[in-house]
Amino acid sequence: MIRFKDFTFKYNAQVEPTLRDINLEIEKGQKVLIIGPSGCGKSTLIHCINGLIPFSFEGEKQGSLTVDGEETWDMSIFKLSRKVGTVLQDQDAQFIGLTVAEDLAFALENDVVGEPELHQKVDQIAEVVNIRSHLLHSPQELSGGQKQRVSLGGVMINDCDILLFDEPLANLDPDTGKKAIELIDEIHRKTGDTIIISEHRLEDVLWRKVDRIILMEEGRIVADTTPDRLLATELIRKAGVREPLYITALKYAGVQLRPEMKLASLDTLDLTEEDKQRVRDWYSKRSDSGAPSRTEPVLQVRDLNFTYRSDRSQAEDHQALKDINLDLMKGEMMAIVGTNGAGKSTFSKVICGFENCDSGSLLLNGQDLKELSIKERADHIGYIMQDPNQMISKVMIFDEVAMGLRNKGLQEEEVTEKVNEALKTCGLWPFRNWPVSALSYGQKKRVTIASILAMEPEIMILDEPTAGQDYRHYTDIMEFLKSLNERGMTVVLITHDMHLMLEYAERSVVFSDGRIIACDTAANILTDRDIISRASLKETSLYGLAELCGITEARGFVEHFIDYERRYERHA
Amino acid sequence: MNKAVKLIVAIGIGAALFFVCGRFIAIPSPIPNVTINIQYGVLAFFAAAFGPLAGCLIGLIGHALIDFSYGWGIWWSWVIASAAFGFVLGLFKGLFNPNDGGFGGSKIVRFNVTQLIAHLIAWGIVAPALDIVIYAEPANKVFLQGLVAGASNIVTTAIIGTILLVAYAAARPKKDSLRQE
Amino acid sequence: MRNLFNYISRKSPIHDLTGATKLVCLLLWSFASMMTYDTRILIVMPFLAFGLFALSKIKLRDVSFMLGFTLVFMVLNNILVFLFSPEHGVELYGTSHVIAQLWGNHVLTLEQLWYHLNLVLKYLSSIPIVLLFVCTTQPSEFAASLNRIGVPYAISYAVALALRYIPDIQKEYNDISKAQQARGVEMSKKVSLLKRLKAASTILIPLIMLSMDQIETVSNAMQLRGFGKNKKRTWYMARPFTRWDVLSMIFCAGLLGLAIWSNLSRGTRFWSPWM
Ligand SMILES: Nc1ncnc2c1ncn2[C@@H]1O[C@H](COP(=O)(O)OP(=O)(O)OP(=O)(O)O)[C@@H](O)[C@H]1O
Ligand SMILES: Nc1ncnc2c1ncn2[C@@H]1O[C@H](COP(=O)(O)OP(=O)(O)OP(=O)(O)O)[C@@H](O)[C@H]1O
Ligand SMILES: [Mg+2]
Ligand SMILES: [Mg+2]
Repeated sequence: MIRFKDFTFKYNAQVEPTLRDINLEIEKGQKVLIIGPSGCGKSTLIHCINGLIPFSFEGEKQGSLTVDGEETWDMSIFKLSRKVGTVLQDQDAQFIGLTVAEDLAFALENDVVGEPELHQKVDQIAEVVNIRSHLLHSPQELSGGQKQRVSLGGVMINDCDILLFDEPLANLDPDTGKKAIELIDEIHRKTGDTIIISEHRLEDVLWRKVDRIILMEEGRIVADTTPDRLLATELIRKAGVREPLYITALKYAGVQLRPEMKLASLDTLDLTEEDKQRVRDWYSKRSDSGAPSRTEPVLQVRDLNFTYRSDRSQAEDHQALKDINLDLMKGEMMAIVGTNGAGKSTFSKVICGFENCDSGSLLLNGQDLKELSIKERADHIGYIMQDPNQMISKVMIFDEVAMGLRNKGLQEEEVTEKVNEALKTCGLWPFRNWPVSALSYGQKKRVTIASILAMEPEIMILDEPTAGQDYRHYTDIMEFLKSLNERGMTVVLITHDMHLMLEYAERSVVFSDGRIIACDTAANILTDRDIISRASLKETSLYGLAELCGITEARGFVEHFIDYERRYERHA
Repeated sequence: MNKAVKLIVAIGIGAALFFVCGRFIAIPSPIPNVTINIQYGVLAFFAAAFGPLAGCLIGLIGHALIDFSYGWGIWWSWVIASAAFGFVLGLFKGLFNPNDGGFGGSKIVRFNVTQLIAHLIAWGIVAPALDIVIYAEPANKVFLQGLVAGASNIVTTAIIGTILLVAYAAARPKKDSLRQE
Repeated sequence: MRNLFNYISRKSPIHDLTGATKLVCLLLWSFASMMTYDTRILIVMPFLAFGLFALSKIKLRDVSFMLGFTLVFMVLNNILVFLFSPEHGVELYGTSHVIAQLWGNHVLTLEQLWYHLNLVLKYLSSIPIVLLFVCTTQPSEFAASLNRIGVPYAISYAVALALRYIPDIQKEYNDISKAQQARGVEMSKKVSLLKRLKAASTILIPLIMLSMDQIETVSNAMQLRGFGKNKKRTWYMARPFTRWDVLSMIFCAGLLGLAIWSNLSRGTRFWSPWM
């Protein structure tokens, strides 16, 4: 069906090829997962299959790539788009129509399908992806998961035999991500289409069975085998991709992994009594580290309410924050988690003065924040937005980081000194004379961190610091934040990554529908089934593993894992 | 074909930007109750980057949508003047193309001379002439109105258009210029 | 700002007309009111327009904001015209009935007042129709309508894209502007005009860069789903014409015809009791 033969591809703008010597055959009806570190060429491979390469991105190729026996280089993108449907990573770019119905109909409209059939097919597909009740809603009115459904429907309507997904889970909360994977699986089973997924969140994709995993590194395929086989090797870790947590735990415990153990899913995992004993032994060696106790609040939030006012007489106002009470302690590292649209970003915006609250109080070291302007608040609280591109307004990295200081009216020598220090702390020193646009997404994120850091705030709020990053960059960013935290900075992390909160946050606050429904240690929250389901979180697979091995103290098991990882692995 | 679709999208998103800048971003000016129209800086940027068709249609669609959203009907004479400005500026895109070779000294001068002329044509000739023909308004009123609008648009385009183009051209990394130090 | 058009969903005969019909009628109607200065026609149009408004079940209170805007605009424009050309009416109508002496050697004439009356009537005949269009047409239907009346579909779709991305861009602008303010960018009245313009461009730079990326990804997404494949395309939001659609268009065409006929038959656009 899809066949790469000695395929090499180089973008015109690049010196080196991005894909090298790819040999790959994907049969009809298979479900394939592509993993690999950021920049290894996953998206490039996908664009080769859907025709954006060479149609939209120019470059040179060697070897051959055929879809259904036809060279893609000789086909038009339109012909190819009848066979291959692509769900892009950027949901907002994928959503072209003014309303859900129009977006679903988009491909058919371009095919000049007449009216009755158009409406009938849209209804039919809306049923399949379960978005029927939202047909006339605009993209601004949908949650992340709903947009995902629309993207999927809009592609499926064309009856393609091959569906490509480029990072379908990015920015989805854990539960919505899980549902997205279930939906993809359901469609796979019903239609028998060939499905190719590229994703960083390996464990989340493995929630449903995949036939094959292709591991890429620097443009080459380094492994192409079943999940069970691949998970038994060290290849995934070496490539800088995160393995499922239970696999890591088994490795820490010294269990010899074999493909026959059905490693791909915790449900099928087949451990011998001996293996289980190993895990129990490992757990028994735990030592209590004990979290530091903190008593001095730096930020106090009392009875905070906030409503987005609609500027139309007819539309309803949306109360995004309801009776929020929270104490942020000096020097702590806190995580904020919760469903898409629960109000996490809104909460940070209200704290920073981007939005004004309806009622309630905000005290910073006892001082009422309401008297302060956005700029004055920013001297104390730095907010790093989800999308770094929204924050960067200078061309050169140095100027970008210096901007806040210069606006403050500091002397140029002082500015230079502070900027250099911030750049070194963020690992950006080698790039100091580059234009920002030459950096990768993750590096840009670090530039925005540096530019806030240079202002020396007491508190830093980071919105999704690790979204779309591979494990290596993720670790870089998080270790860096941890070191800042150890030097006394109070850090708040907004995240959908359960492992991040387990590993780094002393305390986690859970938002659900504009309210705080829990505030506790991450290990306690992630072992509480009630909270997990109310806030669309995901139980960690470590919990399941503990159960499987007959360890009743699941919470302790999770804590031990993190502790162990920190002490032995991270610093190794 | 690829270029054509990109052009369509550029027109759509450019018109949306024009609309948002013109409708919601009010920069107070020294004269009370008069705000400064920064959308012409954005229009100039798109005309320079995408050419006359984009410039013309972004001006036309963006301005028409602004008029619509206020509910006063489409003031055709001024809508067409906006389109004319984008068109004329885009026509001379070759003189100051930001897509290749940066956007430095001589290009800045050429861009600004062209935008000055384009604004004079749009607000000094097109808008008043249409006002007279369509609405039979008195000549001295419409010419003065046109010139006031034109002068303020020339200033905003000079500042905002230039800054945007310089930033855009500089943000495109040049080959072999990136070395870690 | 979900709805640039301020679409108000009600059940009414005006809502039932297709978008294309309403667009055609709007154009015919506004051309008619634009072309003619025949007061006999102009005096009827506002009544018709307000009648249609009542028929649409849109309340004046729903559009009070927009209405206020346009009325202020109308008054200002009249004042400007008067200040600059107090004897414009005399030039247009060729007669002069002086009522009073003004500044300098200008005089106030009946003709001038007549001209202003005509200007006001023009506003009153077109404003309700525009508001009516804006309030009863779904933005989604607008692009389909443009295509229907002969605008190439590529350009119609550019309009749809503009409507699609306006709320997104507005939200991005707000976020960017707040983030820049947090880093000390001043946009208030306190700083000089030049500084304010520079501040505006600091916000526009990220907005433009984001938009350039968006242009790239959106055009890719559209091509992947076959945009530009055929010479024609259909529209989900398009609706078939009914009898009422045809009748409405004929009526508005008749109005325009009347305006043109009045101009041609008398050899002038203007009409006054003294001519
Ligand atoms: N249009 C382009 N022109 C030139 N180089 C490109 C282009 N797109 C991608 N590249 C380069 O190709 C390499 C692979 O990029 P690709 O997007 O395929 O990575 P990826 O594996 O999808 O990474 P991620 O996980 O971050 O999405 C990168 O080094 C990137 O800089
Ligand atoms: N500018 C706005 N106007 C109106 N409603 C808004 C606006 N911004 C956000 N909302 C709504 O407020 C709610 C909270 O949004 P918010 O962005 O805070 O969610 P979030 O928890 O950050 O979600 P995510 O995890 O997806 O980033 C959502 O229902 C959203 O639709
Ligand atoms: Mg990618
Ligand atoms: Mg958010």
